[in-house]
Amino acid sequence: MILTFVEQAAGRPDRSSLEALTFARRLAAAQGVPLGAVLFGPAAEVAAAVLGAYGVVEAHLVEPAGLDAYAPAVWGRSVAQLVGASPPTVVLAAGTDRGQEVLAYAAAMLDAPMAANCIDVRPGEPFEVTRQRWGGSLLEKARLDGPVRLLTVAEHVTQPEEAAVPTTVSISRFTPTLSEADLRVRVIGRVAPEPGKVSLADARVVVGGGRGVGGAEAFSELEELAGLLHGAVGVSRVVTSAGWRPHSQQVGQTGTRIAPDIYIACGISGAIQHIVGCKAAKAILVINTDREAPIMSRAAYAVIGDLHTVVPAVSAEIRRRQAL
Amino acid sequence: MNILVCVKRVPETGGRVTLSADAREIDTRYLGFTVSPHEECATEEAVRLVEANGGSSTVLTLGPEAAADQLRAAMAIGIDRAILLETDGQDWDPVATAAAIVDAIRAEAAAGVQYDLLLFGNEAADSGDFQVGIRVAIALGLPCINGVKSLEIKDGVATARREAGGGWEVFQVPLPAIVAVREGINLPRYPSVPGRLRAKKKEIERSVPVARQAGAAGPEKIRLSLPAESEGRAEILGTGADAAPAVVDLLERIGVLA
Ligand SMILES: Cc1cc2nc3c(=O)[nH]c(=O)nc-3n(C[C@H](O)[C@H](O)[C@H](O)COP(=O)(O)OP(=O)(O)OC[C@H]3O[C@@H](n4cnc5c(N)ncnc54)[C@H](O)[C@@H]3O)c2cc1C
Repeated sequence: MILTFVEQAAGRPDRSSLEALTFARRLAAAQGVPLGAVLFGPAAEVAAAVLGAYGVVEAHLVEPAGLDAYAPAVWGRSVAQLVGASPPTVVLAAGTDRGQEVLAYAAAMLDAPMAANCIDVRPGEPFEVTRQRWGGSLLEKARLDGPVRLLTVAEHVTQPEEAAVPTTVSISRFTPTLSEADLRVRVIGRVAPEPGKVSLADARVVVGGGRGVGGAEAFSELEELAGLLHGAVGVSRVVTSAGWRPHSQQVGQTGTRIAPDIYIACGISGAIQHIVGCKAAKAILVINTDREAPIMSRAAYAVIGDLHTVVPAVSAEIRRRQAL
Repeated sequence: MNILVCVKRVPETGGRVTLSADAREIDTRYLGFTVSPHEECATEEAVRLVEANGGSSTVLTLGPEAAADQLRAAMAIGIDRAILLETDGQDWDPVATAAAIVDAIRAEAAAGVQYDLLLFGNEAADSGDFQVGIRVAIALGLPCINGVKSLEIKDGVATARREAGGGWEVFQVPLPAIVAVREGINLPRYPSVPGRLRAKKKEIERSVPVARQAGAAGPEKIRLSLPAESEGRAEILGTGADAAPAVVDLLERIGVLA
């Protein structure tokens, strides 16, 4: 049995979890074992019902007594106890905040190894995985030993794909045995996103600024262009470290991953840690004085020149056309 | 308030990475070293908390002798003590790393040093294992909050926030606790010259960690590789302000100019 932790909201499985399930189904087929899922929270049953399309034959709905909120140790304990009840060979989750966290708890509780952000797996003995290091700019082939192996599936690598033949999902309920200690860490409140704000992660257009912008004030030029394109401003780490812009705008390995239709990278050299944050962009347009900048090899389009003249000129041209 | 910060020495990559001949490491002959941005912020957070609440801060790393540089960098911004769990330079897997940190914390406790707060980076910049803090928490029976970008300590309680779906999730746990932080929780200060000089003179407490014998291990690294990248040549739309019409044509073509 292969068990996948499936995240869901309002009865709809998350896209990253469907990626992980697609990855898990291929592994299950290679090993000739059935595919199971574990789900938490309100509406889990609704989400479980649609997993037959992804080849899930068994879904476990976890119902921790009196607890609706996300509680990582409780969820990890539940996964660990499910594993104890009917030992699966492999436990998977998406490489999301919760996926990494719940699996790490389960791994620690089971004293089993866990490999984060896998992009490939070769089952058998030895059991080998290929996983991402450095946010995905480097790959590692590694062995994972033990009766139970846990792994998370890197996001945005596997396309979610339904099974050729849908399965019937048998649903069972599971109540974990919890200690006081498991219950200590849980979400006690939420702060809703700012209404009307274009979030960097979801923006269709991102105007990026790096060291080449030269200071905090000059970001108004990028803000103006982003505003005209209903997009968001993203920045490099040099910019946040200098305090020119808040870290919430940082793109990259230790910032936000973006996936816009176009990323307009101004005065950014293209360090690997920046590139892993923007490589999901459909197209990159570079504005840089240096035609040899590393980011040029990642870009579809480029303008060679000083961003302080190019960016205002582009904004002016957009305005001119809008006025026609 | 007693705070322990756990950090890891990693190569300061930026441009194209090349690998060692056996493809087990990054070729670091021409690279400097640093700690992950998450851990730089964890270190800064420890210094700020001690400045605000009193107490003492300690930085710990498991790594080669050269990792003393990263410990001194932490002391240069105000960390009081440094502990080096000295290895022969081989990477330890996350299970073994967590076990060695647990041993060190128990040894500290046996010597009368109790920590109220253990800070980690959410994941190390190089290996990205996402589990060391949690394994330490389970071994020591402590609560652990991950991905933290805002932390407040009051009356023995830690209130922490992390980003979720464009908004925030709020967690609250009693101390002692483990908190794994992300870059952005603060803006780390630069070390001052007197700070650097003071750090240079400070002692680093060294010990040799004992590798764990039983239980889980891994993932066990076999070799590294560089991902296949489709490298192309950018189409040059023009030079300077004269390129503006070509850029706007492109934006119209892509359909982002409504
Ligand atoms: C562990 C680790 C994690 C990291 N995480 C991140 C991360 O999440 N995000 C991130 O961005 N970085 C990250 N970094 C830092 C990264 O390695 C680079 O240092 C950083 O991305 C460089 O920023 P930059 O491109 O703005 O600056 P530079 O590399 O200095 O490039 C500036 C560019 O601007 C151009 N330029 C200068 N003036 C002008 C002008 N007037 N007009 C047009 N172009 C001009 C130059 O030609 C150059 O190409 C990380 C580093 C480490 C070690």
